[in-house]
Amino acid sequence: MVEDKVMSLAEAVDRLVEDGDTVYLAGFTHLIPFAAGHEIIRQGKKDLTLCRATPDLIYDQMIAAGCARKVVFSWAGNPGVGLLRSFRKKAEAKEIELEEYTHYGMVARLWAGATNLPFFPLRSNIGSDLPAHNPNIKTVTCPYTGQVLSTVPALNPDVAVIHAQRADAQGNAHIWGIIGEQREAAFAARKVIITCEEIVSSEVIKSDPNRTLIPGFLVDAVVEEPWAAHPSYVQGYYDRDNDFYLEWDRISRSEEDLRAWLDEWVYGVSGRREYMARFGAERILKLRVNSQYSVPINLGSYR
Amino acid sequence: MKYSAAEMMTIAAARKIKDGDRVFVGIGMPNLACNLAMRLNAPNIEMIYEAGVIGANPSRLPLSIGDPCLVTGATSVCSMFDVFTFYLQRGLVDIGFLGAAQVDKYGNLNSTVIGDYDDPKVRLAGSGGACDIASLARQVFILLPHQPRRLPEKVDFITSPGFIGGRRERERLGLPGGGPTVVITDKGILEFDEEGEMVLVSIHPGVELEDVKANTGWDLKVSPSLTVTDPPTERELAILREELDPKGIYLKRGD
Repeated sequence: MVEDKVMSLAEAVDRLVEDGDTVYLAGFTHLIPFAAGHEIIRQGKKDLTLCRATPDLIYDQMIAAGCARKVVFSWAGNPGVGLLRSFRKKAEAKEIELEEYTHYGMVARLWAGATNLPFFPLRSNIGSDLPAHNPNIKTVTCPYTGQVLSTVPALNPDVAVIHAQRADAQGNAHIWGIIGEQREAAFAARKVIITCEEIVSSEVIKSDPNRTLIPGFLVDAVVEEPWAAHPSYVQGYYDRDNDFYLEWDRISRSEEDLRAWLDEWVYGVSGRREYMARFGAERILKLRVNSQYSVPINLGSYR
Repeated sequence: MKYSAAEMMTIAAARKIKDGDRVFVGIGMPNLACNLAMRLNAPNIEMIYEAGVIGANPSRLPLSIGDPCLVTGATSVCSMFDVFTFYLQRGLVDIGFLGAAQVDKYGNLNSTVIGDYDDPKVRLAGSGGACDIASLARQVFILLPHQPRRLPEKVDFITSPGFIGGRRERERLGLPGGGPTVVITDKGILEFDEEGEMVLVSIHPGVELEDVKANTGWDLKVSPSLTVTDPPTERELAILREELDPKGIYLKRGD
């Protein structure tokens, strides 16, 4: 009997995320696991080291809620809007520790972690002031050419959370559209939580094996959570709620508005279903997208 | 025909793109410049986005670097690791567009902090892919508003290397990319001399040389063959206003 890993998000976060953990909520603007981030806030997890190339609004919210001890990142902005105000305020007040890399450095760290290597060499960072302020960016002399290369250390998060379009009950996950650093994060992490728009049968997964980015045997929990990426987007399912990205810029200006928002939208709901219901049908319908299908590929049937 | 400073900047950037170039694109002005070039002087450019999208063909104006419209109808989509390794570090990117909070006379860019790193006046977003692009693209095009605080003699923090302390220093460090080749501001166009220092080569119509110098944070070198930038043509403006940014999201109108 194959293990069924399907559980609620509350159960997955309770079982797999511990205070003090290094966590990686993956996704480059696409498929950001907002529902999981909110559940981590609701359960009052603390002293977390939050790693993400782009902290985005989800880490700004987790920082505001007091979950973070440290942030490891490469670009801490509100994409297309401006700055992350909670991140910036706590960073300037030195209430959170920062460790920063370039985008290539961050994904190379995960790549090293995912492939059981201690570091990754790259031809970036040299000439930048970043290495002088981050002792984890070092150099190595190539044993073949004598060239000096910049290095970044492997990153092995305690937990990675990945939102997928669809997965089966074992956690075999299909992801398409911008695939950012999801695969690297899953292979680098010690524990993996998959949230998905829909749980499908293994036959659906096996109908298109090239699309399986994450194999189920890496996965500890599978959670069916539609709209889990809102206000980010899911390719083919719903669009980015750009209005909310703009609203967050206003909400996060004042401590009072920020607390009120967290009370209403995170602490004040039991989960994603209630959160989406509160947004109302009109706003949700605006985010729906029309279909555009790819031409099916022929895998062939072999005797 | 009236036009805005932002329209002039976008058009000047588009004219610098050569047909067949592979361009690492950001959203906003660089995206508009590439799309304009594609409709005029450079129909066969390849647009690469750091989100891992190759040959994007967006049906609407992308609002973020990872907008879903970049994926639908693109040639290829890959992971971020792949785009930085196989495309950028491999040397396949001809032009990388960058902006920054500060750019200095050697084309070094700061998008990390204003003030001291450990006790910053302002904490900015950080490198993102900028340092990687500045290190690895064959050429870097810099776009920024021409103000003294944006163009100091020395940046507070080198996020992304230009020529560092001069062209020879960049060569000595062995950075694979060629470094910055042009800076386009709302006042003019600047290039880099053999020392790697910025030189004003063209001034936009209606801008006074003294105004450019007063808005630069050091004693700016001026090319002996200084020219005046050709004003936007009606066709360039029509494509920008009617096709590319009809709602004026990125470009305010000049009228």
